[in-house]
Amino acid sequence: MVKREGESKMKFPYGDKVLEHFRNPHNVGKIENPDGKATVGSPACGDMVAVYLKVDADKKIIEDIKFESYGCASNIATGSIITDLAKGKTLEEAKKLQWKDAADALGGLPNLKVHCSVLAINGLHMAIQNYEERNGLIKDKVPTTREIVMKRLNWVMDPTTGMPVVRSELVKDVEVEDGVIKIVVELPEDHPLSNAIKEDIIEKTETLWGIKEVVVSFAE
Amino acid sequence: MLGEYVYLDNGAITRMDERVLEAMKPYFFDVYAVATSEFGYSMGIEAREALDDSRKILAQSLGAGEEEFIFTSGSTESSNIAIKGVALALGDKKGKHIIVSKIEDFPVLYSAKSLEKQGFEVTYLDVDDEGFIDLEKLRDCIREDTILVSIQHANQEIGTLQDIATIAQICQEKKVVFHTDATHSFTRAPLDVNNIPVDLVTVSAHTIHGPHGVGGLYIRKGTPLRKWMDGGFQEFNFRAGLENIPGAVGFAKAVQLIDDNENQKLQEMRDRLLDRILNEVPQTTLNGSRLKRSPQNSNITFHFVEGESITLHLDMRGFAVSTGSACFSRSLEASHVITGIGGDHERAHGSVRFTFGRFNTMEDVDNVVDAVTDVVENLRRISPLGKTD
Repeated sequence: MVKREGESKMKFPYGDKVLEHFRNPHNVGKIENPDGKATVGSPACGDMVAVYLKVDADKKIIEDIKFESYGCASNIATGSIITDLAKGKTLEEAKKLQWKDAADALGGLPNLKVHCSVLAINGLHMAIQNYEERNGLIKDKVPTTREIVMKRLNWVMDPTTGMPVVRSELVKDVEVEDGVIKIVVELPEDHPLSNAIKEDIIEKTETLWGIKEVVVSFAE
Repeated sequence: MLGEYVYLDNGAITRMDERVLEAMKPYFFDVYAVATSEFGYSMGIEAREALDDSRKILAQSLGAGEEEFIFTSGSTESSNIAIKGVALALGDKKGKHIIVSKIEDFPVLYSAKSLEKQGFEVTYLDVDDEGFIDLEKLRDCIREDTILVSIQHANQEIGTLQDIATIAQICQEKKVVFHTDATHSFTRAPLDVNNIPVDLVTVSAHTIHGPHGVGGLYIRKGTPLRKWMDGGFQEFNFRAGLENIPGAVGFAKAVQLIDDNENQKLQEMRDRLLDRILNEVPQTTLNGSRLKRSPQNSNITFHFVEGESITLHLDMRGFAVSTGSACFSRSLEASHVITGIGGDHERAHGSVRFTFGRFNTMEDVDNVVDAVTDVVENLRRISPLGKTD
């Protein structure tokens, strides 16, 4: 076998801080009965992150936060650092955390990897939004329209293409009437992915303002 | 073991054998003249003889005549000379239709794409879930104006060995030139041009412990091929430019160092790795064929985890492997081979290729299997996918 000098001389594609978080990520796992939760990305995009929150309802402070990652090194490291940064912060403070805060705290991330690492930050923001919507804390209590639902569906990925379902035309249109959202997915009901997409759509839209029910049906 | 690095990416490039370097050395320092004609000066004649002897060894390894083998700068150049050379020779005379498989390596794929932009029509043949083309479909695709079929021998990522004997017969019957990229099978899987009526064969030294940047092209006598890189009249006027004599000598030495025992040993390492991982690690899928694959190649998808994370963990533990994951590539695109065999992006993202070479041992196999088992287990623990609860 080829002898090489010690590990310290090896050149890795990331800095020490990134590697440290990648090797031993913090705050990994699930929270049972979370106060807020979001799953972003999809296996087809190559990266997927789930974020779980436990929130102090009086102080509006993130008491506990955990994440799970199906992703590359920068995705895992970003999930680790952003959950470190968000823990103990108020929701308002945590909402202001951006990709750059994570990148700075990690001592820099390759530009090529913005796409993979921004997902963990999106996950954090979506989980906070999920908490606020569940608890009626959103500021702009505007009626949920078709446009708002379509916009929200940008966060539901079509697992076959990795594109949002509204862009891959898996969801062509939605209907909103009397607090009920009706969505038709252009897949047969017995398709192996149908159930996962249905659950994802419901999870991301049922908390919208004034919504009582989300009905997902499948095309023939 | 600290300080030891186990290189298992021999499908990308191999470590050169010291004996190859020894064979090359005199042609850097003692016999460095340009290969001259028989009427030149003595050092040039000596250089010419070294080139001729090397060519003889390469030609013989394919069962070819000495005037049917040219040296190049590697397999990329060889495939470009072959594909574009045939297109130039026949494009205006016979037709503009070319057939390649969907999972060819980039030199073939992008030569075809580049010709497409110049008015040629290319059929990209589908492959089945193990990477094989459909021979009947190939037969049906060949038309009056088809001038070239280019189907690889072994696949670069999943090792699938195409039935090039039958493909060559079909092309011969239909009177179409047949090129095969044998970069990943040369000397590892048998290929004799006396038994297989192939017209053009791309080979390279970098995959067989030879010097990097040296390749070759077998050109069957009479194959319509036009030279397109202008310069001198070297290599039977197929390839302009001064000959790389140390490179040719090194390539020949590399070929001589390979024997059936070594290929048998590679195959045993491959089989042990495949057997162990597929049996011991749950939720894994073999990519490619179990039996008809090059002896040095193994490729497995570990579901619910991403390949760049696996390779980085293995790197930190002292193992070099590669992955078809988009995150590993500069282009951020998933492997066209894994998606070509009908795999979804998830299958590409979790795919890891382990390729063996002369300097690997059975101990390396067991060590990398233990390491990857542990790495995958840890990554699955933090993955939101694949949990049953």
